Amino acid sequence: MTAAGPNRSVLEVIDLHVEIASRRGVVHAVDGVSLEVPAGQAVGVVGESGSGKSMTLRAVLGVLPPEAKITAGQVLLDGQDLTQLSNTQLNRVRGPKIAMIFQEPMSALNPLMRVGAQIAEGPQVHLGLNRAKAGERALELMRRVGIPDPERRYRAYPHEFSGGMRQRVMIAIALSCEPSVILCDEPTTALDVTIQDQILRLLTQLCRESGTSLVFVTHDLPVVAQVCDQLAVMYAGQIVERGPVKEVLTRPSHPYTLGLVRSAPDVDRVRSSLLAIPGSPPSLINPPAGCRFHPRCSFAEQDCHTTMPPLRSISAERATACLHYERCLEALDAQGADR
Amino acid sequence: MSAISIPPAAGSPGSAPQAAAGDRAHTRRGRWYRQPTLMAGLVITGLILFAVIAAPLLTSYNPDAQNFTATLQGPSAHHLLGTDQLGRDTWSRLLYGGRTDLQIAFIAVLLPFVLGTIIGSVAGYFGGWVDIVIMRLVDIVVAFPFFVLIIALVFVLGPGERSIYIAITLVGWVSYARIIRGQILVAKRQEYVAAAQSGGLSPVRIMARHLLPNVISQAIVYALSIDIVQDILAIVTLSYLGLGVPPPAPDWGTMISDGQNFLTTHWQLTTIPGLAVVVTGLGLSLIADGLADLMRLGQS
Repeated sequence: MTAAGPNRSVLEVIDLHVEIASRRGVVHAVDGVSLEVPAGQAVGVVGESGSGKSMTLRAVLGVLPPEAKITAGQVLLDGQDLTQLSNTQLNRVRGPKIAMIFQEPMSALNPLMRVGAQIAEGPQVHLGLNRAKAGERALELMRRVGIPDPERRYRAYPHEFSGGMRQRVMIAIALSCEPSVILCDEPTTALDVTIQDQILRLLTQLCRESGTSLVFVTHDLPVVAQVCDQLAVMYAGQIVERGPVKEVLTRPSHPYTLGLVRSAPDVDRVRSSLLAIPGSPPSLINPPAGCRFHPRCSFAEQDCHTTMPPLRSISAERATACLHYERCLEALDAQGADR
Repeated sequence: MSAISIPPAAGSPGSAPQAAAGDRAHTRRGRWYRQPTLMAGLVITGLILFAVIAAPLLTSYNPDAQNFTATLQGPSAHHLLGTDQLGRDTWSRLLYGGRTDLQIAFIAVLLPFVLGTIIGSVAGYFGGWVDIVIMRLVDIVVAFPFFVLIIALVFVLGPGERSIYIAITLVGWVSYARIIRGQILVAKRQEYVAAAQSGGLSPVRIMARHLLPNVISQAIVYALSIDIVQDILAIVTLSYLGLGVPPPAPDWGTMISDGQNFLTTHWQLTTIPGLAVVVTGLGLSLIADGLADLMRLGQS
């Protein structure tokens, strides 16, 4: 699967299933997700809350909550299946090869540990640096992520930092052991818009410099358009559409993607109201038969109720899991004609 | 873009109580000395600790020196609290006895604290069958009354300081294991633990460097207030039963037990060391209550 060449995949997720045991039954949080992350590229994963985006990321790193379990699938990092590794083996990969940035920079930093020590910890453990060397490295990282006055800030605690500065610290921690992939779980959702933009630019710039791949989970389409090369759209634990970002966002070929694009506010055309997707996401304990989106889909036909549509290629780079994806394109064209 | 508008909207009502909590924390830190319970406890305990540590300055008598020409005397200028049946100065024995008992208590509180913290962390962090096995073990120990189990253990091990340490450790760790396990169960769901895990840190490192500093405070308060009172009582009880510090070393339990024979004629021989135990326990318990009040304020 991992083809040699400049565009080989660093990270490949194949048919991943994650189940969560809950009081009301088994939740199929991630249901057959496959993802490919080419070297040096940024892959966006978008979807509503509860569509399984974060669970996918956590499953990749093996940091699922105790009641969740990977029941099937592979996670190949440089050809090595992470789901088969023991915790000790996994700990040699997490940090130096793959790292994660969390949504809430407030809670993802240890409140009782000095910021510098938290950045220096990874290099100390994984790169075998002594305390002084690791400290120097932490200082240099703080400088790189644009924390002013790093010598003084090194000894500060997380609560002395603003949200944006904390997220910079998180980025420094993620970069500290030079991983080949960084997973981002909505890294800017908790920040205000101006800071959001700074952080995104910093992240993309640093990753471009070091050739690090990004997996970027969010429900924010403009952010995806700014950061990512590839895009995967998730709905109810499955990927329903995949392709290059610009194409997917401008020519969506799944009604759910179309709904997402239409429900995002458009600065150019101030509309009186946004077009929300009707209904709410399905229960993942008893997902609807056939296409999981059909109860909310305006294009649904009889066969959508019974046939589970596979993710199939519709061009060299794109794939959709809709039986009648042409309808979306027709609808778009019709809308374009209206204008 | 709808996503961008959500966090500030959700954040702004949340930020107000947070700021209020910050103010309260600030005033609280400035006013801990106005907590009457805590202050009373600190004063009482402080006085006792001072008396016990400065014992050589407060009395000129050797606590073990016998004087058969002055047995069973009442309080006087020479002997502030009189003498016992062997002519030993009661005031001096009271001070040095407190030294023995408190010293043993402080060491005895440390061992179960360390053991229980380690076991509780492991149970809480790993969960699963490890947790089940450890917690059943805890249940078994808890099923026996504290004093009964300690007395039985010391009886089996033979009297002496070492037996007291072993017995208190074997029985006392369960409280710490329970406290720490409960706290870890909550704390391990925090994002910073997931972040540490995704940084490839080992479980031992995560427990020692990330989890324990965040959860240890309750166990420390328990150790320094509730548990140490219990340990002092246990030590005094054991000595009273003749299972503790071997004579002639001064100790409150032995003093109470020796004085019993003269209760009708020289009640002070039993009552004074008894009162010393009560006052020490009271002081430490007041500290515990005061600290608990402060922590409740800090949490709400």
